[in-house]
Amino acid sequence: MSAVWLVVLVVGAATAALKATGPVLLGDRELPEPVARVVGLLGPVLLSALVVTQTVGGDNELVLDARLAGVGAGAAAIAARAPLPAVVVVAALATALARLVL
Amino acid sequence: MSSPDLASEPRYRDGMRAAIAVAATVWFFGASFGLLARAAGMGVLAPMVLSATTFAGSAQFAVSSILGVGGGTFAAITAAVLLNARYAPISISVARLFHGGRLRRLLESQLIVDESWALSSRGQGRFDRRLLLGAGVVLYAAWVSGTAVGVLAGDALGDPRSLGLDGAFPALFLALLVPQLRAPRALLAALVGGAIALVLIPVTPPGTPIVAASAACLLGLRRGDA
Repeated sequence: MSAVWLVVLVVGAATAALKATGPVLLGDRELPEPVARVVGLLGPVLLSALVVTQTVGGDNELVLDARLAGVGAGAAAIAARAPLPAVVVVAALATALARLVL
Repeated sequence: MSSPDLASEPRYRDGMRAAIAVAATVWFFGASFGLLARAAGMGVLAPMVLSATTFAGSAQFAVSSILGVGGGTFAAITAAVLLNARYAPISISVARLFHGGRLRRLLESQLIVDESWALSSRGQGRFDRRLLLGAGVVLYAAWVSGTAVGVLAGDALGDPRSLGLDGAFPALFLALLVPQLRAPRALLAALVGGAIALVLIPVTPPGTPIVAASAACLLGLRRGDA
């Protein structure tokens, strides 16, 4: 087997297992109250971490670039109660414009 | 924000509709992954199989770039697994949406991806099964078909970065985060999690900051309201 196929198969299997962690190991069973409170915070915490890493994350460094302008414009659209597709389009346009200018 | 504000019980169709704007962006990134993977010497079939089985953008980009510079099998696998380690906590957050036998739960859970998970959020730590699976199917189709087009005809497409699409994803996640911050405890946990990620970006391998940020969820162990 070539190196490429080895990587494809191992990464595919590992990712499938990671995505199945909660659904297969826990499923729809009730969690004890404190654990449920911890799990209930995973949404805001992981979303927040995704916002940070996708805005300023680089390869082992903080990168301040056009993405900041996109997120800023997106935040303004969110504050103006724009619907989700509009937020996505505004953010992409602002990022593209900032990249042209910078 | 269409998904969290749905008054009635969402249907699979609502999840599919909510994902359409995001799916266009995901399609372009799938195409650019296909193009880069082909250029990195991964051939035609392997990138498509990777998209169909892994279905997670950042890890796949890492694999193609590491293989492209001759970085080695072990380095490529390690980077991808670290980048996708966040799917353990993400899948735990939606575990209760999955029913039936283990095989069925295993198969359905493969539709979990950052965007389908985020779109299925209904606030206060609740998620909706039909939004998750409906959005997941649309995004999966966009990712795999984008990859196929990129592998076969990628040169004809532009760079998604010049279209600003890399700035669209964090704005999407921000839009889905804001409605979840009404409870003081959720706001505090989100701030702590974001700060952990920010501090770790320069000093840990990519992927680690998000996993480490989930430690902020331990704030939930404190008693008291919300």
